[in-house]
Amino acid sequence: MPDLEDLYREIILDHYRSPRNRGELASPPAHRIEGFNPLCGDEVVVTLEVEDDRLADIKIAGAGCSISQSSASLMSAAVKGKDLDAVRRLIRTFKSMMSVHEATLGSDGASGDGSGADGEGAEPEPVDLQKLGELAALQGVVKFPVRIKCATLSWNALSQGLDEAAAAR
Amino acid sequence: MSRLDVETIRKDFPLLARSVHGKPLVYLDSAATALQPRSVLAAMDRYYEMTHANVHRGVYATAEEATRLYEAARVAVGRFVGAPDPEREVVFTKNATEALNLVAQSWGRRNLAPGDRVLLTETEHHANLVPWLMLAEERGIVLEYLTIDGDGRLDLSDLDRKLDGVKLVGVAAMSNVLGTINPLARIAEAAHAAGALVVADGAQSVPHLPVDVKALGVDFLAFSGHKMLGPTGIGALWARAALLEAMPPFLGGGGMILDVRLDRFLPAEPPQRFEAGTPPIAEAVGLSAAVEYLQGVGMDAVRAHELELTAYALAAIDERLGDTCRVFGPPAGPDRGGVLSLDVQGVHPHDLAQVLDQFAVCVRPGHHCAKPLMRKLGVTATARASVGLYNDEHDVDVLIEGIAEASRLFA
Repeated sequence: MPDLEDLYREIILDHYRSPRNRGELASPPAHRIEGFNPLCGDEVVVTLEVEDDRLADIKIAGAGCSISQSSASLMSAAVKGKDLDAVRRLIRTFKSMMSVHEATLGSDGASGDGSGADGEGAEPEPVDLQKLGELAALQGVVKFPVRIKCATLSWNALSQGLDEAAAAR
Repeated sequence: MSRLDVETIRKDFPLLARSVHGKPLVYLDSAATALQPRSVLAAMDRYYEMTHANVHRGVYATAEEATRLYEAARVAVGRFVGAPDPEREVVFTKNATEALNLVAQSWGRRNLAPGDRVLLTETEHHANLVPWLMLAEERGIVLEYLTIDGDGRLDLSDLDRKLDGVKLVGVAAMSNVLGTINPLARIAEAAHAAGALVVADGAQSVPHLPVDVKALGVDFLAFSGHKMLGPTGIGALWARAALLEAMPPFLGGGGMILDVRLDRFLPAEPPQRFEAGTPPIAEAVGLSAAVEYLQGVGMDAVRAHELELTAYALAAIDERLGDTCRVFGPPAGPDRGGVLSLDVQGVHPHDLAQVLDQFAVCVRPGHHCAKPLMRKLGVTATARASVGLYNDEHDVDVLIEGIAEASRLFA
């Protein structure tokens, strides 16, 4: 059985207690996306500005559990100032870290949760945790399937924000 | 009144013998769903092994037996809540939610016109809120709300004024978040004086308190089987016979008609009028066994035990956790049920529940299907621990140990 230490790594608790890039950018010009987890009432508000194929700025607001809030904070630190291509790649890598393990959990039956994977990352590929840096601290979340949606909440909002920014150009 | 012997009772519930993460299960989620005693499971097994047939149709022996068991369950469940005429006044539904929707869709659509007022409370579970919001959207009825004070009790100071012109009052007998046991008899008396009917959501009260519809004076009472030691998939609506007789069908189909032609139908008498399709027969048998179990223990004893445990929990939380753990709702007393909504400083309810799971403690994080109340309390969620007749002080001690660990982890 996974330990709590797998879930609540020190980096996660640090980002929960002291979230980075906290607040909201003025919208417009920033794109503003709200993400909700109806199960637990968590919400995250991502505001972002894109300049020349670069994620010029991002801020995070909202309230929720340590996993949703630290994931949002870690995400903001990882993507701020990056090229959009690199941001997209990181989103894919992060979400495959969440879904690869989800599929693994489903097959060993140890999770006791019959819900299985939600279809994302249908072709599991090895995730290079090196590329994820501090974000790799969130890999323990996948041992707690109920919490995966907490971790991906802000990433889905970011992904949606990039789509909106692309459509607006 | 005999005291409840919790050690003996615990042996009747197979799930309590289970271990999770190498620790014995501490089940504190009875407000969401209760565990089943072996007698309920055995009654359902016996029904499927020896009797199973569809009800109200066949003439063969097992079909007659199934009908007899199903109708006997109706009487048992009705008597359990003090129904004067259980054969005619108890409608089996899927759960309390469906029972409340039945009232809104059948009684409500027949009796409420645009501009008519329905008085609810801001503490209602979505099940006694959304059906009325749907009706408000559909036909422009007006919803008004009783509010709560700082202890989570309904503010009834201006009840008579708020009742003026109201057609129906909808109120939970006991809050699933605050544990407040609302003064239904007082509300019903005032409502009737103002010409309004009362629909009570008994999902949390029927499993935990002695309930008598005659004493409460309400007109409708909805409750769920699985919260009162029965199986999922069955609930009940008790309503005054005269009201049911004047209500149109809710769902249409087999079993609810007297006659059908290609251009019209004649509905059956209540309660069959409201039970379209094959009903939950095995579940009714299981619910009947659950009622028998609760009556064997005695609802006075159940209530006394749960109040004692609630008082123990509130005092122990205060003593061992101090200001770091807030519990919503009134202090332990005659109007307090065994629902403890916790707000632990610096620990999100979802994280608290996760840590508690490591202690094999089952609690529920979230909004508990009472989002307006969450907003009123100024939180997005709480972690809710709720007691049943099979819980003891040890369960509370493990809960508090887990909360302390969560506080330490997130400090």
